[in-house]
Amino acid sequence: MNDSAVDTIPGTIPDAAPGTIPAPEINYREITGNGLWNNNPALVQLLGLCPLLAVTGSVVNALGLGLATLAVLMGSNIAVSLIRGGVTDAIRIPAFVMIIATFTTCTELLMKAYTYELFQILGIFIPLIVTNCAILGRAEAFASKNRVFPAAIDGLMMGLGFGLVLVLLGAIREILGSGTLFADMQLLFGPVAQSWKLQLFGDNYGFLIWVLPPGAFLITGLLIAAKNAIDLRANARRAELKAKPVKGAKRVRTTGAVS
Amino acid sequence: MALTQVTSPHTSEGASTSWVMQQLLLATLPGMAALTWYFGWGTLINITLACITAISCEAVILKLRKRPVMFYLRDCSALVTAVLLGLALPPLAPWWLVITGTAFAMIMAKHLYGGLGYNPFNPAMVGYVVLLISFPVAMTMWPAPRPLLPEGVDVPSLWSSLQIVFPMLAAEPIDAFTMATPLDVFKQNTGQLVEQLYKSEALFVHGDLAGIGWETVNLAFLAGGIYLLARRIFTWHAPVAMLSTLALMTWFCYDGGSSASKGPLSLHLLSGATMLGAFFIVTDPVTSAVSNRGRLIYGGLIGLLVFVIRAWGNYPDALAFAVLLMNFAAPFIDYYTVPRTYGHDRARSALQKKD
Repeated sequence: MNDSAVDTIPGTIPDAAPGTIPAPEINYREITGNGLWNNNPALVQLLGLCPLLAVTGSVVNALGLGLATLAVLMGSNIAVSLIRGGVTDAIRIPAFVMIIATFTTCTELLMKAYTYELFQILGIFIPLIVTNCAILGRAEAFASKNRVFPAAIDGLMMGLGFGLVLVLLGAIREILGSGTLFADMQLLFGPVAQSWKLQLFGDNYGFLIWVLPPGAFLITGLLIAAKNAIDLRANARRAELKAKPVKGAKRVRTTGAVS
Repeated sequence: MALTQVTSPHTSEGASTSWVMQQLLLATLPGMAALTWYFGWGTLINITLACITAISCEAVILKLRKRPVMFYLRDCSALVTAVLLGLALPPLAPWWLVITGTAFAMIMAKHLYGGLGYNPFNPAMVGYVVLLISFPVAMTMWPAPRPLLPEGVDVPSLWSSLQIVFPMLAAEPIDAFTMATPLDVFKQNTGQLVEQLYKSEALFVHGDLAGIGWETVNLAFLAGGIYLLARRIFTWHAPVAMLSTLALMTWFCYDGGSSASKGPLSLHLLSGATMLGAFFIVTDPVTSAVSNRGRLIYGGLIGLLVFVIRAWGNYPDALAFAVLLMNFAAPFIDYYTVPRTYGHDRARSALQKKD
């Protein structure tokens, strides 16, 4: 939907020339709020929809991909912030992509080492993290203009915001689609998690559409609608609080111009 | 003397939505009767369940959306969706199947998009496809038509039909006889010539054109459709285009009856959901193309898709998929088929920029 590569985050100086280190006031509260809610990559920016829709059939898949994306996002944000003085405008996109690809490869190797089965289930979507626009978007819009620590926090919050939506979507789809919750969590947490599986509607339950991609579209749409509804209600309440009645006597002006 | 000025005095009062919907319901009666005769009470139970679900869903959602409930319920559009879905679902389908499909159709396909007139997809077909994708086993259990039941077995009585639909009413599970549909027989056929198939399969041995039961049901829907055409509920363009493309494709691909044949003309026109689709689904004014030329293209492409999916796809019948795919394309078709406005010498191109 919107191209986050060009959006500007309050608290940054968009036109800071490379080489100079801008020292804008960093509002960590705002970064957190943007990442988790106001500018959530999945629900507001609608970036990274491909993995969002493809692998959120269950909580464990969603959590696996969410953590992998979080790791890549934080790593790339830190690295991009570190080299922000050293790359010129002309080569910055290729440089960012190289950095992201490096972190994606690292994550892929880590997953192969520790959670091989989950890696096989997620398949192509782990290497494809490199094309997740949310990551390149944060590198371009935030990390390349800010110091390392804020960039890391931004990566963390954006990654968490994305991951939380992924897990929520995975949970809803798992409940509606297969009637279970936290199935196969041992793929991520080891044998301890074998018993976490909850069977909610009996053994014969199965509603295939929620497991298939159309279900992901439907649930994502409903989640976006819910977020917008919550925002609308919150705004209305805020406006109500603001509009305080004027104290003192009032009289109705019936003639003449209002001065 | 004061004369009230009326624009377009030659046009009489337009048909109200509720009148159109009632005519449509009336026109489904022959098909409904044929289905009930051949397959038992299942269809009527489906329709009743679907109607109750549709009306309750519609009322609840209208209430939530703060719209006048009775005003919208009275237009009968919810009933039409429910009846069409009830006719399309296999008779004696379990109760939860009907309720899930109807609720999905009403809530997701109709009201989330803004209610009657705003839905880009035909709600009944959305409900059908969701069920077909989600519950393939339950959706492919068609009962055997009455004349083909074994000696001494009749179609289930009303009470045992209810017990099959609501298993909790029965002390022990009741069996019903199911059978492959004619299109299914052709889909599964691997080695028999069409001629042999017509001589060996009970469905075709007892039938004349496209399988016993099915041909009658389709002819009954055709009769209902012709009634609607005569009442000018819709124009002939979309159904005729659909049926003729389907016929043309069948004729074009028919190889004289080999075992790899995709089925003869009579089978494609008079089996499956062809006639129900052509006259009751494709003609939906909300989700189809708007202009006459657009409807010719829209209907024609549906016919083409139906044949393509029946012949080379994984499903024996394809009407719901074809209709949904073309619902997608309807705005695009409209874009290129803007009709000439009365009084203008040429149609305005939709591509042309407005001043």
